[in-house]
Amino acid sequence: MMYSPKVMQHFSNPQNVGEIPDADGVGEVGNPVCGDLMTIYIKVKDNKLEDIKFKTFGCAAAIATSSIITTMARGMTLEDAEKISRNDVAKELGGLPPQKMHCSNLAADALKLAIENYRRKLKGLPPRTGVTEGEDEHAEDGASCSPDQQPEQLK
Amino acid sequence: MKKIYLDNSATTKVSPEVLDAMLPYFTENYGNPSSLHSMGQEANVAVQAAREQVAKAIGADAGEIIFTSCGTEADNLAIVGTAFANKKKGDHIITSSVEHPAILRTCEYLEKEGFKVTYLPVDKYGMVSPESVEAAITPQTTLISVMAVNNEIGTIQPIREIGKIARDHKIYFHTDAVQGVGKIPIDVRADNIDMLSLAGHKIHAPKGVGALYVKKGTRIQALIHGGGQERNMKSGTENVPGIVGLGKACEVAIRDFDRNVAHMTKLRNKLIEGVLKLDHVRLNGHPTIRSPNNVNVSFEFIEGESIVLFLDMAGIEASTGSACSSKNLKASHVLLACGMRPEEAHGSLRMTNCEFNMEEEIDYVLETLPGVVNRLRAMSPLYKKATQTVS
Repeated sequence: MMYSPKVMQHFSNPQNVGEIPDADGVGEVGNPVCGDLMTIYIKVKDNKLEDIKFKTFGCAAAIATSSIITTMARGMTLEDAEKISRNDVAKELGGLPPQKMHCSNLAADALKLAIENYRRKLKGLPPRTGVTEGEDEHAEDGASCSPDQQPEQLK
Repeated sequence: MKKIYLDNSATTKVSPEVLDAMLPYFTENYGNPSSLHSMGQEANVAVQAAREQVAKAIGADAGEIIFTSCGTEADNLAIVGTAFANKKKGDHIITSSVEHPAILRTCEYLEKEGFKVTYLPVDKYGMVSPESVEAAITPQTTLISVMAVNNEIGTIQPIREIGKIARDHKIYFHTDAVQGVGKIPIDVRADNIDMLSLAGHKIHAPKGVGALYVKKGTRIQALIHGGGQERNMKSGTENVPGIVGLGKACEVAIRDFDRNVAHMTKLRNKLIEGVLKLDHVRLNGHPTIRSPNNVNVSFEFIEGESIVLFLDMAGIEASTGSACSSKNLKASHVLLACGMRPEEAHGSLRMTNCEFNMEEEIDYVLETLPGVVNRLRAMSPLYKKATQTVS
């Protein structure tokens, strides 16, 4: 498995690590059982992401995706920021190894959730968590811990 | 940047004396051992000499050694070869839950072919109890396979006791000793072993050569059919330079055994002692009954691949027990079998030394590691939660 230079750059020198104590929205996603947990903090001003920071427990891909999405989303309107997809993040990083696409590419989900929780807060609703525990749940969606089954026949 | 290689359980460098022994067989004595002419016969003599060297290292007879292309092939031959050859007698195999994939995936294949397999649990150190082996035996059991030394956590299994149980019940006993040769004393007679796998590249011979010891009289059938080399058990023209290298490596491993083990143990203990001074870290595997070259530790709140990559940037080559760097993203099956929680198992780091490592290298690792761990913990959302709970 090889990481792209961009992944290694963001992994070895991650941008915007940390927390925002008075964040307007927080998005926490992942599953520590799978080895990936990510929290994104946002500060919103005039419907734009004024500040964005992250904390991540995970592999190089998890850290690099967290880092790059903070640089991509900063200054964006909420509508544009929540359109950033997992594929956009992977593309911006010059690609991710296939087995990392599901499990460790959670930054877009974390950012979406942070924005959702900001909107929930405005409506007086409690925040939603994107953190799952245990392995059964993942066995069902088949995505997180286990990559696609190896094919029986060589292609 | 100077490289510090601490991944000797993944593979080792070919030692200069092994390389010297091999070189003539590439360009000068390149004959096919099956050829009748003198160059062929020279190659044949070299292969037989290597067979003696390998046999001597484990207390076997030369006639009991089958050269293979790797440790995995040796494991496959042992498991599949005896399972099918003894199918009339029974269809049950006993192994452990902490075996190398070369054993586990092979047993799973046999399950698809209708065999029954018992995967024994282990204690928190990853050790198989001989009592559990005995309790799992049924009248249909034809084979027991338990590794000599665990490749991830270094725990040494009680193979002599397990071998005795197998012998008493007239069941074949195979051990994957790929990580055992040169690290622990092995004597196939005293240890009651019927089959033993070993691999060249773990003991300073090249990749692409291994061997299976098969005790005389064992019922086993070949997996690879063809020209009848290796007494029909592994057809295909012999990898003469590789076999010569494996022979030499076995000779050296036994010749230097005491000195190497003392050196590796010293480095291992120094590294364990230093790493355990850090906070929220634990040693995986048995504290004392472990391979002299193996250190496997788990750091809470951080993930193993990140540790490995940061260490690599600092010139230290290690590996993670969690297989996140491989195709399978699941936490290590070995650590999970030891009862570790998956989130803890993801933070494991394996550092395996060899006789060529130096004490100063361990000093450098101990200077570098705390910075790497602290840096990743500063990024981790789990660390803050945990430290807040504590205070």
